[in-house]
Amino acid sequence: MIDFAAAVITGAVPLALAAMCGAITERAGVIDLALEAKLLFGAFAAAAVALATGSPWLGLLGGMAAGMAVALAQLGCALWLYADQVIVGVGLNILALGGTRYLLALLYHEGANSPELQSTFPPIAGNPIVWLAVAAAIAVPLALARTRWGLRLRAAGDRPDALVAVGVAPRRARLAAALVGGALAGAGGAQLSLSVYGFVADMSGGRGYIALAMVILSGWRPGYAALASVGLAIANQLAHKLEMWVDVLIVRELAHLLPYVLTLLVLAIWGSRRPPPASLGKP
Amino acid sequence: MKRELEAAAIALLASVAIGSVLIMLYGQSPAHVWWQMIARTFSSEYNVGQVLFKATGLVLTGLGVAIALDAGLFNIGAEGQMVAGLVACACTGTALPAGTPAVIAIPACALAAAAAGGAVGALIGGLRVWRNANEVITSIMLNEIVAAVALAIASRYIFANGTTTGLPIAPGAEMPDLGMAGSAANGALVLALLLAAALWWLRARTTWGQALRTVGADAEAARSVGLGVGRVRVLAMTASGALCGLAAVNFVLGDRHAYEQSAGAGTGFFGLAVALLGRQHPAGIVASALVLGLLTSGGLVVNDLIPKDLTTLLVGVVVLAITCASAFVRRTGG
Repeated sequence: MIDFAAAVITGAVPLALAAMCGAITERAGVIDLALEAKLLFGAFAAAAVALATGSPWLGLLGGMAAGMAVALAQLGCALWLYADQVIVGVGLNILALGGTRYLLALLYHEGANSPELQSTFPPIAGNPIVWLAVAAAIAVPLALARTRWGLRLRAAGDRPDALVAVGVAPRRARLAAALVGGALAGAGGAQLSLSVYGFVADMSGGRGYIALAMVILSGWRPGYAALASVGLAIANQLAHKLEMWVDVLIVRELAHLLPYVLTLLVLAIWGSRRPPPASLGKP
Repeated sequence: MKRELEAAAIALLASVAIGSVLIMLYGQSPAHVWWQMIARTFSSEYNVGQVLFKATGLVLTGLGVAIALDAGLFNIGAEGQMVAGLVACACTGTALPAGTPAVIAIPACALAAAAAGGAVGALIGGLRVWRNANEVITSIMLNEIVAAVALAIASRYIFANGTTTGLPIAPGAEMPDLGMAGSAANGALVLALLLAAALWWLRARTTWGQALRTVGADAEAARSVGLGVGRVRVLAMTASGALCGLAAVNFVLGDRHAYEQSAGAGTGFFGLAVALLGRQHPAGIVASALVLGLLTSGGLVVNDLIPKDLTTLLVGVVVLAITCASAFVRRTGG
């Protein structure tokens, strides 16, 4: 049971952090297809900084900074140069795929793995990234509903003209949103690499896209996006158990489809009810 | 057109500049690496063939993503639809009797690939239209589902003796290669170019194409002039999936002549970039596919000088640079 909970938490944390990033950024009106890039660069930077300094805490900060740097590049292209936001996301994801491998070759002369980390965070209760995820899942929805930052963020996504009318540039509100999101997603990336003692090429493995699906599924609400991520992680672990317990070949082969089939069924039955933010994708 | 060229020139300069810095960081001379990449690619018929081979797959998935975009749908499931095509194409190829003539075998395999990809596309379109399920989520989920089902089918029925390769397809189903010094360039290139031409005609010259683009531009307006928006969307997603599935022809019939785990991996995702960069226009798609094919293959030919992943990074840089530059030129060019 404890193992099960631990595995769920380990799986849920990167997904939930990335999903919250997506929810915040998109609520502010910027399409966030770059979650995969934020996770991947976050994972790489966390491992690289932890290797260089010997401190996982500095590694975590490095991962968060990398996530913010990706967000900054994304908004620079999308809001200051008015580039198509979907293409920017796709481009950043490809850039991260090649970029992290290039950095592996540049820094460590390795093709697929960074050197092994000597020290990292303890698995669950002592892991600050887990607590960061929990804190964010509580604080971000509150901040979105109750603070000036949250109000401006939501206005930037739904009624940017109203924001202009009160003298706030929508771009600045969007930047404030995307940087917080980037830090969260970067921390999610840090969890990926710090939990397995090093960076492995492509280690995000499509989690950024799954996180985006959780964002849309939750109706662009960060708290629910985090919950949906936990739900997916639970389904993942159940599927894993099913694979081990049920000695029928077809079940073993197809068990890990469970989370994705469930998501598909949820959608097929209820559909997507909440509309996206009104100004999503418009610079 | 002039502004497009201006944008392309700016983007090219920016990408070369960034690439040069990264090459220098790796301790190589940029001029030498760039020159070797071009010289080695174009002095060897084999390397040109490899560029065309990579571009063939990208044209097919790029056209697929584009036709969905025309109807206002973002088909992020191109990769899954291609994998479905790979399995169907290989299974049909191995099931055919050894003596099947090419005129029957190749179309049969291609149709199987298109049908499998089209079925996945139709499911996404149908869920969107009839169940209001967001196509981005269903596409991402189906990418995972198709990958797992493909692995399950392959490990049970396809993989031979503990390898990750299947039995060879019937000899008649092998797509003739283009005879370019043993490179993988094959007849699927002709198929891809014909489909690009057909799609150009369909988009520009037929009422069907007009309906497609009207639905994408403004669904409400399309509905008010009596177009069946739902029907157009489902058809567009089906066609999109079928085109992505057809990429299997390039990899299974044209190259490996068997099912191989992760053959052509990434072609679906890069197809997104190709369709978006080409602005959904078939000629633009062919051009972007060639550029991306040149870069991916170019990394391999200078692999002794720089890590080959540098060119994957550069593909990302080129995608960003072109989209930023064309937005910039459009705003300032007046």
